[in-house]
Amino acid sequence: MPAQFLTNLFIAFLWTLFQDEDYFKFTTFVTGYIVGIGIVYLMHRFFGERFYLGRFYAFLKLLLIFISELIQSSYLVLKHILSPKIRIKPGIFKYETILESDVEVTALAMLLTLTPGSVVIEVTPKGDTFYIHGMDVEESKEMLLRSLSKFEKAIMEVTR
Amino acid sequence: MNVSTIAEFIAVLFMLIGAIMAVISAIGIIRFPDIYTRSHAGTKSSTLAVLLTLLGAFLYFVTTIGFVSVRLLLGIIFVFITSPVAGHLITRAAYRAKVKLADTTIEDELADVLNEKERSEGK
Repeated sequence: MPAQFLTNLFIAFLWTLFQDEDYFKFTTFVTGYIVGIGIVYLMHRFFGERFYLGRFYAFLKLLLIFISELIQSSYLVLKHILSPKIRIKPGIFKYETILESDVEVTALAMLLTLTPGSVVIEVTPKGDTFYIHGMDVEESKEMLLRSLSKFEKAIMEVTR
Repeated sequence: MNVSTIAEFIAVLFMLIGAIMAVISAIGIIRFPDIYTRSHAGTKSSTLAVLLTLLGAFLYFVTTIGFVSVRLLLGIIFVFITSPVAGHLITRAAYRAKVKLADTTIEDELADVLNEKERSEGK
């Protein structure tokens, strides 16, 4: 991983030097870095590991998924608040996660708590089971479970 | 209508939506039946409201006077990091303090686990 990054930086420096400008221009360096990304991507197989920006891309994807979930579920919650009669059936349900490390579990709990309509109330000391309070379990449990597995997949792509 | 007017319009739109959401989530805090459902309205919809407002302010400063306010961005990040922790801790403390769930609650899978634990600790 660091080897790829260092190679990329090296290519950027070389690029800057080859331009033979009077003084150091940051824009040239950035251009060189972008060219370097292309080169490193083409030869990342030879480092024997995945492309180092792949993780960054996965993180961006996680962020996008999170934002879309946030908007969808906020809309649901606001709709419930504004409906003339509040007909919600809240409940606490158990969810066993397949994530393992501390960082992954924390990230999942945080994303889940930020999404309106669900709060993580308890995490077992082992860190493999969540107790989630859903605002409207009867109707939106399916949706919650679906977004949970989406989050899990996206988080795993970032950390593994 | 030039670019900066359009950008200003978008920034104002963000702030307006943020303000409306803040009002709605305040109404939600009053209307919902128990602390757990209230925390849904209180901690999260209002987080989104604050985020939208800050984002609107950020966009406004960037487009009108070309000032990239790092402090606003930091505000967004920190609200994002801290508010779920607060929400989790409040509901968790409430559950541990045996605050009653609303009457409409249909399932509670945590109760058995916690009771068993307390029983085994009591022995």
